[in-house]
Amino acid sequence: MLKQIEGSHAVAEAVALCRPEVISAYPITPQTHIVEDLGSMVKSGEIANCEFLLVESEFGALSACIGSSAAGARSYTATSSQGMLFMMEAVYNASGMGLPIVMTVGNRAIGAPINIWNDWGDSMSARDAGWIQLFVESNQQAVDVHIQAFRLAEQLSLPVMVCMDGFVLTHSYSQVDIPDQKQVDAFLPTFEPRQLLDPASPVSMGAMVGPDAFTEVRYLAHHKQMEALELIPEQAAEFETLFGRDSGGLVKSFDCEGAETVVVTMGSVIGTMKHVLAEMRDEGISIGALTVRSFRPFPKETLRDLLKDAKRVIVFEKCLAVGMGGILAMNLRMALKDFPIRVHSAIGGLGGRPRPITRANLRRMFEKGIRDEMEEPHFHDIHMDIVERELEREQAQRRSGSIAENILQDVGVVAAAKTI
Amino acid sequence: MFQVRIHGRGGQGVVSAAEMLSIAAFEEGKHSQAVPSFGSERMGAPVVAYVRIDDKEIELREPVLEPDLLIVQDPTLFAAIDVFAGLRDDGYVLVNTSKTPQQLGIADATNQLPDGHVAAVPATELAMHHLKRPTPNTVLLGAFAAMSDIVKLESVFKAIQKKFPGKIGEMNVAAAQAAYDTATAS
Repeated sequence: MLKQIEGSHAVAEAVALCRPEVISAYPITPQTHIVEDLGSMVKSGEIANCEFLLVESEFGALSACIGSSAAGARSYTATSSQGMLFMMEAVYNASGMGLPIVMTVGNRAIGAPINIWNDWGDSMSARDAGWIQLFVESNQQAVDVHIQAFRLAEQLSLPVMVCMDGFVLTHSYSQVDIPDQKQVDAFLPTFEPRQLLDPASPVSMGAMVGPDAFTEVRYLAHHKQMEALELIPEQAAEFETLFGRDSGGLVKSFDCEGAETVVVTMGSVIGTMKHVLAEMRDEGISIGALTVRSFRPFPKETLRDLLKDAKRVIVFEKCLAVGMGGILAMNLRMALKDFPIRVHSAIGGLGGRPRPITRANLRRMFEKGIRDEMEEPHFHDIHMDIVERELEREQAQRRSGSIAENILQDVGVVAAAKTI
Repeated sequence: MFQVRIHGRGGQGVVSAAEMLSIAAFEEGKHSQAVPSFGSERMGAPVVAYVRIDDKEIELREPVLEPDLLIVQDPTLFAAIDVFAGLRDDGYVLVNTSKTPQQLGIADATNQLPDGHVAAVPATELAMHHLKRPTPNTVLLGAFAAMSDIVKLESVFKAIQKKFPGKIGEMNVAAAQAAYDTATAS
């Protein structure tokens, strides 16, 4: 059924259709409206046979899901930003124990400095934690991918993180087709746990594993993710047959076949990029794009296949490995390591800055990439004058003060806040 | 594609206005996108929200840089920020005020727009009368329907009632109707 709803609400409706049995949440900033909406659906009886747990922290939220999933209940939570960092120990436990929890991450920056806006800092901080990480481009995809996420998680006995751009998607209203219960039931079977806490047949879960077996447990975690590389596209194809929409999968090409230059990115920014790319192609420029929908597992072979004929790739990402550079770029370079392809790494939109991802500025970035003039890594739309002023201060005096505070003074935010 | 930028202050329902406008467009079978500009939410701070309306799916996610129509919920913002930034030459401006553009000091900007493209509605007063609260958002949506043919008044009513079911919705519908009548009479 077509609805004009907020992204967060759409996700709540999708999760409700998946018949969750335990939803656990810490509903304080940084959070989205998702768990708030689910809370009222449980209270009103719209979601039957479900326990909604209000816990004392994000650590508690995911820990409760670990317990309920181990007891055989389909379990869900949502988080964002600092909240996810606070649950990090449980993030590793959920995947290490192989518990098929689904968690939405409304992607936001990580502080300090405090910043509540969108980038991928939170999800990226857990990129090596053993969760499957699926990035979505629109609120429709967010709905569709959550339905697929439960099935994937339970089939593999691995937790899945659905990553959607905070605010840009979670807080925006758009038209979303919410499937009906019958369709979802036909796609998503009931949860058959691979392991179960059952008083009638006691087991221990999360036991200590010493040096004699730890490597094998880790190997199997990696092996399962490699299996997901087969399962994710199979599932997306089946989803498309049943629901009539292309949603999910490992990667999505936007005219990247045969293009000299291919832009590689993730998440919602592709929406604006498509306008720029169409305009450039109309002018005869050979350029296409692809989005990585599954970041973990990273679809190396699929990417190699799609990019093998490209001359250059421009990776655009809303995250940074400090001291190294672009994270998606790093992963992509490893996938393409023996190909003679130039991979440019552009970073932008950090902490929710909207200006770099306008059509005009994206075009500027693509043109710089096409000219092979990108520094490594390229900080797109950075104000170097502000950076240099701070570096000069640090050079001039020992007690130069807090960088964040100094820069706020320079850009006039502090002064402006006093007058408005 | 028709693009709207709504300016106001925290507490005036700017974000809700954008959401309701998008629902009104949806009610008419159009595609629509409503996005807040995500400032630090606090009462009184300048707030911006965007609405796009089109016949096809909207994938553009940049802020509305060249609005076709501006809704200004608080005229004191003209002194604080560049409200008119990017407004199209044939654009529309709808202001919550009982003053003239000259009195607001914006005549230079509004005089460049075509006749009938600038409307002033005393939305806060209408809201106080109908809602007993100074929230001008639904009132201005009524005036929006009078000013442009983008959405019908009935669709605005449906959107208001979706957002605020029951008595509150009815009061807001009455306020929007009053603004529509004021705007069409002037």
